[in-house]
Amino acid sequence: MANLASDPSRSPLGGGSKGRFKSELSKRYRIDSLFSAAAWTAVTLLVLVLALLIGDVLVDGAARLSWDFLTSFPSRKAEEAGLLSALVGTIWVMVIVAVVSFPLGVGAGIYLEEFAEDSWFARAIEININNLAGVPSIIYGLLGLQVFVRWMEPITGGRSILSGALTLALLILPVVIVATRESLRAVPDSLRQAGFALGATRWQVVCNQVLPLALPGILTGTILALSRAIGETAPLITIGALTFISFLPEDLQSPFTVLPIQVFNWISRPQEAFHTNSAAGIIVLLGVLLLMNSSAVLLRNYLQKRH
Amino acid sequence: MQFKQQSIRFLAGCLALSLVACGGGGGDDSAATPEGEGSEGAAETTTDGGVSGDVLVDGSSTVFPISEAMAEEFMKANSGSRVTVGVSGSGGGFKKFCVGETDVSNASRPIKQSEIDICAENGIDFVELPVAFDGLSVVVSTENEWAACLKPEELGKMWEPGAEGAINNWNQVRPDFPDTELSLYGPGTDSGTYDYFTDATTGEEGESRGDYTASEDDNVIVQGVTSDSGGLGFFGFAYYAENKDKLKVVEIENSDGECIAPAEETIADGTYNPLARPIFIYVSTKSLEEKPAVKAFIEFHLAEANEGLISEVGYVPLPKDLSPKATERFNSATPGSIFEGGSSVGVKLSDKL
Repeated sequence: MANLASDPSRSPLGGGSKGRFKSELSKRYRIDSLFSAAAWTAVTLLVLVLALLIGDVLVDGAARLSWDFLTSFPSRKAEEAGLLSALVGTIWVMVIVAVVSFPLGVGAGIYLEEFAEDSWFARAIEININNLAGVPSIIYGLLGLQVFVRWMEPITGGRSILSGALTLALLILPVVIVATRESLRAVPDSLRQAGFALGATRWQVVCNQVLPLALPGILTGTILALSRAIGETAPLITIGALTFISFLPEDLQSPFTVLPIQVFNWISRPQEAFHTNSAAGIIVLLGVLLLMNSSAVLLRNYLQKRH
Repeated sequence: MQFKQQSIRFLAGCLALSLVACGGGGGDDSAATPEGEGSEGAAETTTDGGVSGDVLVDGSSTVFPISEAMAEEFMKANSGSRVTVGVSGSGGGFKKFCVGETDVSNASRPIKQSEIDICAENGIDFVELPVAFDGLSVVVSTENEWAACLKPEELGKMWEPGAEGAINNWNQVRPDFPDTELSLYGPGTDSGTYDYFTDATTGEEGESRGDYTASEDDNVIVQGVTSDSGGLGFFGFAYYAENKDKLKVVEIENSDGECIAPAEETIADGTYNPLARPIFIYVSTKSLEEKPAVKAFIEFHLAEANEGLISEVGYVPLPKDLSPKATERFNSATPGSIFEGGSSVGVKLSDKL
């Protein structure tokens, strides 16, 4: 025993590293500053690219923004065209996507993380969900076309807002579920054990202890997922979103269009004036996205303060 | 416990609020359009033009601007009607049309035999109507001084599958062209424009070399050719018309051996061949019989008074000798396709209609 302790090469803590440790402070600080410089460059590059993109769009489209642009229907005349139908369509779709995907995704995440036994079945579901998060969106479009548009036509009304929103909800569900599970996992186990020790049931522990702590993280994940959904075009075109529509949705079964489709249609037109409309459309889309995200951030901060 | 319940209530309240806000917004908006285009009441009661009901149009992106213009004006004249236009490509449009999901299908090429068969299986009869002409324009950079007039065979030489990796220089196309690298730009292989161009130049529909810059957005082709002194590209006439100052158009030697540049007149009178092509709408016979709005919309489409709309969006209206024939075809509801599943290259519409 004494032998072992005195042998520096065998000691797990002191000896082994003692020989290799060099106190070249200046060199270590240099590496330190090198790394932080690299990290800063990465951030600056990203912000620069983003600023360049936004600046370019603003230069092209800001002048075209007006109340008329927001409240007019599409037209063959670029100067008279607006994106009312696309804007309202996007709002309808996003609200339904949030209403459907949030409870379903969070519910599934809670079940998998807190309630499910560690069985082959649970593991199979887990693997599938992780894979689904990487499936290209057009595949969800094809799935939505068959399931929501064709099979569920009596409920969804075929190529309607509801079909489109359900397809997008499906598309972002894996992301919401994974985010929910990650946030639940970040809550220390000692909290759960303390709850059980006091005689709380599993549901009481989840509802009163774990979920409130995890909620901000869950909301962040959901915001990111919704931001992905708002820019999707391919699955919506597959399920039959329209390009020219000059009336507003009346119910969930109405035909519809969304902002990205309108933007894409304008940018592919030959006339320069439509390209300007397209840039203005991008600004509006960014605006809607910012509005959506900032309200979610406010909500998250509010909840964070309470717990 | 209380905290939790409060925050759940709060969340639910937020969701409910946003729903209400959205629903309210929608209601306000439709009320704000005095023509009542969006409101349910207007769809049932007839006003001014007297026609009400829905018309569902879908199909080619090439024909979209025409449908958009027609729909816009038609709805202004008949505020009880609702026309919607989708863009899912000529083929995608027929997929919906042949199962009875749409009333009108836009196409930049004639219907194919396989599509006619699917329509027949589902009991969908249709009337085929040419609505306008488009001239595929071959363009080069403004720095290109040698390519003034090209033969379709020379275009074929550049584009045929065998040219891949082999034809890379302008002097391979014609010996007196300078030693300049040749680079090609064109629409993606899914587009009807590509199908027609390859058929007219290489003789094989949808067959071309693979090593060209393909883009679904024709504006990308405009940019490519503008910045490439040895570039050559093709697209619909409207894209050339909007970019006349940035690009040089190449004249094409027609069947009579004349060099012709695409222009409204040469496309309409048929001298710009073989690259002038008709574009079509297909109307479901059943919709024509059952939905008065569809019949009225097509009549509006074919009316001579509305030809201006077609030229306004960059296409060439049917010439004077053809439009009465198209109208006649519509009035007699002649079913079937004059191309019998084949392509429209080299077919004279005036003989067939």
